[in-house]
Amino acid sequence: MRYSILVNGNRRSVEGAADTPLLWVLRDELHLVGTKFGCGIGLCGACTVHLNGAPTRACVTPISGIGEASIVTIEGIGESEWGRKVKEAWLALDVMQCGYCQAGQVMAATALLVRNPTPSDGDIDEAMSSIICRCCTYTRIRAAIKRAAGLQAPETLEGEL
Amino acid sequence: MSARHVAGTPSGTDAPGLRISRRTFLATGLAAGGGLLLTLKFAGRTFADDAGVAAYISIAPDGIVTIVAKNPEIGQGMKTTLPMLIADELGVEWKNVRVRQAMLDPIYPGQFAGGSLGTPLNWIPMQRVGAAGRQLLLAAAAHTWGVPVSQCEASAGVVRHRSSGRTLTYGALAGKAAALPAPDLDSVTLKRPSEYTIIGKFTGGVDSPAILEGAAVFGIDVTVAEMSYAVYEKSPVFGGRVVRANIEEIKKLPGIRDAFIVRGIDAEAPIKMGLVDGVAIVADKWWDADQARRKLRIDWSHQAVSDQSTQAFERRAAQLAQSAPRSIIRRDGDVDAALARAPKVLEASYAYPFLAHATLEPQNCTAHVTDGGAEIWAPTQDPRAGATLVARTLGIDAGKIRVHMMRAGGAFGRRAYNDYMVEAAMISKRAGRAIKLLWDRTQDIQHDAYRPGGFHYFKAGLDAAGRPVAFRDHFVTFGHDGRLAATAELPRDHFPAGYIPNLEYGQTLIELNAPTGWMRNPGGNALAFAFESFLDELAHAGGRDPLALRLDLYGPPRVFAPPPARRGMKIPPFDTGRVRGVLELVAQKSDWHRRTALPAGTGMGLAFYYSHFGYVAEVVKAGLSREGTPKVHKIWAAVDIGRQIINPAGAYNQAQGAILDGLGQALHMAVTFENGRVVQRNFDTYHLLRINESPPVEVHFLRSDNDPTGLGEPPLPPVLPALCNALFAATGKRIRTLPIDARMLRAGET
Ligand code: FES
Ligand code: FES
Repeated sequence: MRYSILVNGNRRSVEGAADTPLLWVLRDELHLVGTKFGCGIGLCGACTVHLNGAPTRACVTPISGIGEASIVTIEGIGESEWGRKVKEAWLALDVMQCGYCQAGQVMAATALLVRNPTPSDGDIDEAMSSIICRCCTYTRIRAAIKRAAGLQAPETLEGEL
Repeated sequence: MSARHVAGTPSGTDAPGLRISRRTFLATGLAAGGGLLLTLKFAGRTFADDAGVAAYISIAPDGIVTIVAKNPEIGQGMKTTLPMLIADELGVEWKNVRVRQAMLDPIYPGQFAGGSLGTPLNWIPMQRVGAAGRQLLLAAAAHTWGVPVSQCEASAGVVRHRSSGRTLTYGALAGKAAALPAPDLDSVTLKRPSEYTIIGKFTGGVDSPAILEGAAVFGIDVTVAEMSYAVYEKSPVFGGRVVRANIEEIKKLPGIRDAFIVRGIDAEAPIKMGLVDGVAIVADKWWDADQARRKLRIDWSHQAVSDQSTQAFERRAAQLAQSAPRSIIRRDGDVDAALARAPKVLEASYAYPFLAHATLEPQNCTAHVTDGGAEIWAPTQDPRAGATLVARTLGIDAGKIRVHMMRAGGAFGRRAYNDYMVEAAMISKRAGRAIKLLWDRTQDIQHDAYRPGGFHYFKAGLDAAGRPVAFRDHFVTFGHDGRLAATAELPRDHFPAGYIPNLEYGQTLIELNAPTGWMRNPGGNALAFAFESFLDELAHAGGRDPLALRLDLYGPPRVFAPPPARRGMKIPPFDTGRVRGVLELVAQKSDWHRRTALPAGTGMGLAFYYSHFGYVAEVVKAGLSREGTPKVHKIWAAVDIGRQIINPAGAYNQAQGAILDGLGQALHMAVTFENGRVVQRNFDTYHLLRINESPPVEVHFLRSDNDPTGLGEPPLPPVLPALCNALFAATGKRIRTLPIDARMLRAGET
């Protein structure tokens, strides 16, 4: 089947069986490899993209169900105001270790801030606990979200050098 | 104490230490645009890669410096750290540095990630490379001006003649420096720490901007010309052979190019992480290949029937504990006599499970095997071992295998093995084309080199002052054909050996048919829980402060004679003063001495562990949540890895990450076996820590006057016992089995 989808503002035509997950269309057809594969069944969030602004697991979203929805991936998120702020905060705090989960983290964090520009710790837990970081960069993820939101930085957890 | 702490070193890395060997010379060369190449010369060959980049440093006429990171990047930050060392000594500004990942090449020593050895092995050699470059540029400038080198100084990419104030940029000098002979690396002088401009500064990862654009290329992201995708199905029971499979049916499925049976190479392969039997499916799309894999019907040989199970292991261990250990690892004094005399005797048994690494990026590899050799793109910690394995298995000349070290989405020891690499190479050879092999999550969890489980049967005696005078551990661990399974050992010098006069470590093996191997802090990630928890029991039983008991046991500051140098690296001596230092620091930062003032239901626990040359003490403050599950309020760590933290950005992140990794192990992680198979299939049954369970982690570095050592592993072990000791303080319930069973905390026995 041929499908026409809207990715990062561009109309793309892709070929695939109806049940092909969006993840593999993005990665293997469109070579947008920033969206990652971690579990394939909606448990890790490495594949998180935005579908009409809502954080969505691309690994369990069949291509046939997308229709006219606007898809935004890590490759395009920097175009938005919140996406840019989140990325800046991520760089300033050097959140990443291996970096593999971070596209999913940034997509989830951006969606959170769009919805709730002043998230509490509890809000962050709720929005971000679906995205696994195997390197456990959670301390900095939390701090970076607060920084992007312009909230007071959490207490410093790094001793004097 | 130290020999075992380099045990987590990949075996395939027989590169000659970190010295650039005598047959390899530092050399200069002229870059295409007229710049300087500071490179290596080996057997008459001057090294520059496909893009004309030198082995270490290339300086373009515009002053942009390209520095090669020679080691794999697995999230430990070496791709940033190693170039920082070179750049600082070279005397350039970090913003003018571009970093390039090396390929596997015999010209580079020690191209692996493991054993927390990146820093101790490369700290001095990489600085020397940079200093050699600076020396060349200084000489070129002095020659240009006709002045002595001693009157010139270099910094921020510029050489300055002190008295006249004349300056020349590195870019302008590069061509001239390229014509000078490279200095002897041993002769260069290094900066004083007060002169550092990059070392010690918060430096973001060199790939971070690209990662945030989705543009960094991990192993899974590799695309090469004419590439197909592959999946590979192996026996769920380790060592199963393919008898028959519905290959013809699979070949007819949509999008499938090819399907075939692959034969494993030798009987040891399942244990040694080599090529094992399986069915390969090659398709134009990975999704099609993986859908077809789900329709495979494979008959596995009788070996694929097994009654190996976690329950049977547990029963067997309890049985074996009734008899004397099969072998004695260490015996000091007379434990039985001392126990008979001791006013107080304690007995306890501890158990911990097998663990899978679960790197977030599942195992994968891209390979193109041709008549002329092989080209491989792999997220691997040990590319040389991988190339050796591929050469041996496929019968290719190792010299004809090119390995691209791809950024890895986590590794934790998993990628010190190269099973995915040899599979990809074999599938490419059979399919006659380039393929990208990708495992799914279930395969990744079910085909790992597991952290082995283990059982400890402790017995100890205390004197009237609460000091341990007798200590016994019957360690029931795993083996294969009478030999210890990989990383399933209790080192004979493990603490408290040497600190208690009457001590015995004995061992008995349970037969295991599953691969085991290195996992972040091999040995320590398991042993610390058992030993440091039981030590806490002894402290409480003897009425001692757990901190004071440790300080007492380690005694006054003493430095033990170090073992001989390994891999050209001096092994740092074990220093009880450094133990004391981190114990006292963590106690101070956590307010340990005021812990009795904590509200009821909240407690603090403490633990110390020495590993990979690092000294780490941790305190956990914890209690129970309203739901009765463990709730960690905060963690403090004091870490002594020497006088210099090279990159604070990476260092704090590694330490916090390793501690939270250990917390996840304590709370959730376990691999179990049933009918010879691994039960867990995905993150619904193999749980990893999530942000809502992640407490604040405060890290303090104690900068003792010692050479810097590695950090990826040392902070992990203490958190497990520190947490269990905190839960004991909070609830009176002693955790002796991991992962923590919350039901036991609410009700069970103490
Ligand atoms: S890959 Fe989609 S949630 Fe894990
Ligand atoms: S940074 Fe490695 S998984 Fe998050």
